[in-house]
Amino acid sequence: MRELENVAEMCKEAAYYLPDDVYRGLKRGRETEKSEVGKIVLDQIIKNAEIAKAEDRPYCQDTGMTIVFVKIGQDLHITGGDFTEAINAGIAKGYTEGYLRKSVVGEPLFNRVNTKNNTPGVIYTEIVPGDKLDITIAPKGFGSENKSGVKMLVPADGVRGVKKAVMEIILHASMNPCPPMVVGIGIGGTMDRAALLSKKALTRSIDERNPMPEYAKLEEELLELINSTGIGPQLGGTTSALAVNVEWGPTHIAGLPVAVTICCHAMRHSHRVL
Amino acid sequence: MAESIRITTPFTEEMSRKLKAGDSVLITGTIISARDAAHKAMTEALARGEKLPVDWNNQIVYYLGPTPAKPGDPIGSCGPTTSGRMDAYTPTMLEQGIKGMVGKGSRAPEVVEAMKKNGATYFAAVGGAAALIAKSVKSYTVLAYPELGPEAVAALEVVDFPAIVVIDCEGNNFYEIGQKPFRNFDINQI
Repeated sequence: MRELENVAEMCKEAAYYLPDDVYRGLKRGRETEKSEVGKIVLDQIIKNAEIAKAEDRPYCQDTGMTIVFVKIGQDLHITGGDFTEAINAGIAKGYTEGYLRKSVVGEPLFNRVNTKNNTPGVIYTEIVPGDKLDITIAPKGFGSENKSGVKMLVPADGVRGVKKAVMEIILHASMNPCPPMVVGIGIGGTMDRAALLSKKALTRSIDERNPMPEYAKLEEELLELINSTGIGPQLGGTTSALAVNVEWGPTHIAGLPVAVTICCHAMRHSHRVL
Repeated sequence: MAESIRITTPFTEEMSRKLKAGDSVLITGTIISARDAAHKAMTEALARGEKLPVDWNNQIVYYLGPTPAKPGDPIGSCGPTTSGRMDAYTPTMLEQGIKGMVGKGSRAPEVVEAMKKNGATYFAAVGGAAALIAKSVKSYTVLAYPELGPEAVAALEVVDFPAIVVIDCEGNNFYEIGQKPFRNFDINQI
């Protein structure tokens, strides 16, 4: 199945090559960073991205749990075997051939035995119009994933409540999730939908704001708040986050779910349309 | 920031006590990797009264699980992992003579107390700078628990491995010192 080969290649690409928008964001952060130690840290992070790209090496040793977003055109007929198995076979091939770290345990609580090929991935499929197969691979490191969170607010909490909820999660995370961070936020839906939106938010370029002006403004205001915490690039400073990306969805009359996925500066993803 | 201080291993309590939070260091010599599963295995072995497979006296532990080495390379990408996950095991491990820890992120108050008692220093390497850090590693030799794969206990020969003293033997914390001048935020003002 062609999906298998593509997924394998995409796993490697995502692990080695930091997206250009994130690289440029780090460079901008270096120019404006006020902490002397922060500048040294950013220099190392930028140099690291350059080495990883030039030498085809994993940018970070935590090459993540593999999140896969698949949009399947409804006119497409997938043949030649089990689609989910093909995606997982692609992950196994990519992580093995690419010298990526296998970081997945098969069962979370009692045994925690490594599956030794980084499968299974976390696969989300969506049926869309058309006949294309659109795949995004977004490996997620757990230093930052462990600091993510969901808060179930009520409508009366409003914008102020959303900001407070996000900032509580950010302050609790502090320097632990390898800042400069990229912060994905999902607002609305149900608890699980909000969490998924916060993951999807991280597949958008850090240079692109939400198309709805109110949300674009919220993104900018939250970024400013996060950059005023002093967290900085790990050892204090002004570059705590490179961007805040918000996605929203319809929700219940009684609810205002807010999910925050924190991503480290290794904001990795790879995208292909087949 | 002042010139980096060069450190060579073994890392003694005397050397450790000279370092201050915020010092930039370059480590040369042997450091030993161990992370979640190895810490669990070692503290369980100690609880059973067994001897550990590695003599930790005057050693520097590196919280690390590297990517596999490409052919011809000593090691794959090898940046620090989150130290806080080792906190539950750290006071026990410091009693084994560890004088330096390299990782990233905050430590529990019990760890800081155990560091003061044992004269140990906590260093941070830059989280996510894994391909860059690999340049300072010359060899990687598994010492124990090979079945743990990337979580095995291994000796790393390093030359000028870059790190910063985050918490010194007196408990001074550079994460707090470094953030304070740039904090202009009060959650109650939202």
